[in-house]
Amino acid sequence: MSLEQTPIVEIQNVSKQFGSLYAVDDISLSIYPGEFFSLLGASGCGKTTLLRMLAGFETPTTGRIFIDGQDITDLPPYKRPINMMFQSYALFPHMSVADNIAFGLRQEKMPKAERDQRVEEMMQLVQISKLAKRKPHQLSGGQRQRVALARALAKHPKILLLDEPLGALDKKLREQTQFELVNLQERLGITFIVVTHDQEEAMTMSSRIALLREGRIVQVDAPRRLYEYPNCRYSADFIGSINLLDAEVISQDEDLVTLKTDAFEQPLQVYHGQPLIAEMDVTVAIRPEKIRVVNSSGTHNANTIEGVIKEIAYLGDVSIYHVELPSGKRIQFTQSNIQALAEQPLTWEDKVCLSWQADSCNLLLE
Amino acid sequence: MNPSLSGNNPLAKLSGRGLLIGAPWFWMGVFFLLPFLFIIKLSLSEAALMQPPYLPFIREIEDGLVTLVVNFGNYSLLFEDPLYWKALLSSIEIAAIATLVTLLIGYPMAYAIAKAPKAWRLPLLMLIILPFWTSFLIRVYAWIGILKTNGILNDALLGLGLIDQPLEILYTPTAVYIGIVYSYLPFMILPLYATLIRLDDTLLEAAADLGCPPWKQFLTVTLPLSLPGIIAGSMLVFIPVMGEFVIPDLLGGPNTLMIGKLMWTEFFNNKDWPLASALAAVLLVVLIIPFVLWQHFEKRLEMRQ
Amino acid sequence: MNKRLSLPLITLLVFGYAFLYGPIASLIIYSFNESKLVTVWGGWSTKWYGALLENQQILDAAWLSIKIATVSATFAVIIGTLAALALVKFKRFRGRGSLSLMLAAPLVMPEVILGLSLLLLFVSMEELLGWPARGQTTIILAHMTFAIAYVTVVIRSRLAHFDFSLEEAAMDLGAHPVKTFFWITLPLIAPALVAGWLLAFTLSLDDLVVASFVSGPGATTLPMVVYSSVRLGVSPEINALATIIVGLVSLAVLIAGLVMYRQEKQRLREMN
Repeated sequence: MSLEQTPIVEIQNVSKQFGSLYAVDDISLSIYPGEFFSLLGASGCGKTTLLRMLAGFETPTTGRIFIDGQDITDLPPYKRPINMMFQSYALFPHMSVADNIAFGLRQEKMPKAERDQRVEEMMQLVQISKLAKRKPHQLSGGQRQRVALARALAKHPKILLLDEPLGALDKKLREQTQFELVNLQERLGITFIVVTHDQEEAMTMSSRIALLREGRIVQVDAPRRLYEYPNCRYSADFIGSINLLDAEVISQDEDLVTLKTDAFEQPLQVYHGQPLIAEMDVTVAIRPEKIRVVNSSGTHNANTIEGVIKEIAYLGDVSIYHVELPSGKRIQFTQSNIQALAEQPLTWEDKVCLSWQADSCNLLLE
Repeated sequence: MNPSLSGNNPLAKLSGRGLLIGAPWFWMGVFFLLPFLFIIKLSLSEAALMQPPYLPFIREIEDGLVTLVVNFGNYSLLFEDPLYWKALLSSIEIAAIATLVTLLIGYPMAYAIAKAPKAWRLPLLMLIILPFWTSFLIRVYAWIGILKTNGILNDALLGLGLIDQPLEILYTPTAVYIGIVYSYLPFMILPLYATLIRLDDTLLEAAADLGCPPWKQFLTVTLPLSLPGIIAGSMLVFIPVMGEFVIPDLLGGPNTLMIGKLMWTEFFNNKDWPLASALAAVLLVVLIIPFVLWQHFEKRLEMRQ
Repeated sequence: MNKRLSLPLITLLVFGYAFLYGPIASLIIYSFNESKLVTVWGGWSTKWYGALLENQQILDAAWLSIKIATVSATFAVIIGTLAALALVKFKRFRGRGSLSLMLAAPLVMPEVILGLSLLLLFVSMEELLGWPARGQTTIILAHMTFAIAYVTVVIRSRLAHFDFSLEEAAMDLGAHPVKTFFWITLPLIAPALVAGWLLAFTLSLDDLVVASFVSGPGATTLPMVVYSSVRLGVSPEINALATIIVGLVSLAVLIAGLVMYRQEKQRLREMN
């Protein structure tokens, strides 16, 4: 995606009020053609309300929504070039699979021959051709999901909205379907907008993610940037696990910032592009996998500390260690379990020396 | 932006919404709420030999002299003549006792249906509802043939040698109680069943696990949790029985005083519309408390579903 | 879960159902009694059915009752559906409380009050507007009013399980709200509409008290004829009539019950 492109969806200062509560609070967002865009957040963050406003089931209290430059804010759902896959799938129980998929085409009065062909195409696309005559109650959860997808895609919408598309599937099927959805999206070139509360799902599938909290956007970025460069404590903490240290700015030399913290005596060093003021209170965020165990010779260097292992969680692929620092503050780090049985594994009450690079942690202002 | 499209959707929504809410509200307002005002109005006028048989409020007394005449005479008659307040008290008594008996029969039946194997529940429930669908009048009528002096019941009891003399049941309060319990039993069983079937069996298991014997489980867990059903069912019986006419008329004797029957007599036999209206107004006031109680517990039942 | 019932509970159920069905059974048996004295058995006969079919007064009244019941049930289902949709779909609107109350009250309201109040309304309306004349029309209006309350209960309980995202899905796929209602909502709540209609129909067919109040000269419904005949004592013709009514109603309820039972089973399957 590039900035020269015109956005396919443009949300301008949209708010939605329910009674005195702002479900969506002054959100502006541009989504570009061909994106796999995720709205991520905890329940009640406003992501579903935003999606329902795009579909036309809710009208914004203030603000406008444009699709391809056309203002659709007041357009009813049945006139929008958008289709939606519902969380409950909302398959019509009194219609067969084929009739469900044909429903939208019937509404636009597509001739029968063409319609039949399109239905067949759609069923092939999601591999359910054999199920054409079945009724929804005769399908498994995974099959229903495919029917719902085929039905929403049948009208060749410009944009497909997906409300927790994998929420009703079990874990194994969910992982498999994630990749299928991505492949499908790439093949069709339709813009996908997905609502999800599952950060892993959003990370795997999306080209960009908007993280929402209490009706507002916290951060919009590609998954990698969202993970590596969170812009605040909330987004740092929401995705993956992270160590957060309260710190105070001492000095700034070009981009390298030196800080002190109550957690340990050694100075902290972080790269940060923007100018800072001395004695400013900030947060330093370090991902557990960026921390390495080093030999204890350099404990006076910046970003190098000593502590005692207090907890170990063995997860198979990695182990998580909780280290208590002399100040009582605890730090988490992870290690890949490269060897099946290490000769000298780290264990409880071991004294360890930990270190990390100044460019692999972040300075957060809020 | 296309100006012709903006505002289209909310308007369409509004008119659909208006029809959904407006049509039933209008109907019930005109044909259910409004008539009560007419009852109050009529209860304050005087009976007269004319068509319709009452004097209007605003009428000419002498030539050209028009006045508003409000007559409280009907209400003072209700308080002065012991017949009326005796009928009211007797209606309350009959309705209360009949409700209690219906509860005592209905509760174990609802309990048994709720505890029956799953495949049996729906047919058993259907069998409870089925009589409700057949004519109420005819079902009450059936009891005349059973209870009368040379009726089926007496024949059977005499034939078995259990009694020497036929029992006098028809045209006594007993017959009225039998008729009420019989006719209103389904109204008691259905809400009770609705609460009992939603009772989580693990609650009883938890109580048993904590050392509670079965009879105590019933008293401390089942009974309190089915209270909304008990109240809703009881009110569903008590309120309509208070104004019951057919049962006391067909099965009760001249000594069975009930306000609904009295209203009927005043209206059809004595053609005293104003007095009948005053009786209806009094009955309405008496029924407000049980009605509010019913609504409250009905809501609680609904929320549980 | 499938524990067996204990013996006392089974006994209780047997007695309970005997109590409910004994009187109905006695009506049916004695309708085939040869003797005019209803409770003296004089051998099997179907002569009272013959007599019933020749009783023009009863036939006329039955025809009138069926007409009234059909019309009032149909309109009650229409308004009741609107009311149920309004109450289930819109959780907040001005007048929701009063609407819900007005739809609940007729379920328990003593019939004498309902009948008298409606009569007074009709009398005043006739004085002011010249309509409706007391008779068939007023009975239909009165029956509609209490039937709406029952129909609303039936349809509302069905709508409580209705997944309204189905309507949204239809609109999302381009169906206009009106089309959505007729293509999606209506077929899915149809069983409740049928059940509601049948209930309204039988309630109307059965009503004595309200009809007696609001009826005028010339409009005598079946219950009114039955009542005046029953007041004079038991009559084998009424027994025959009762048997026919019970038979027809049981048949209708049985069919409706079977259909609903199958629908319910399908719904359960859909949920799994």
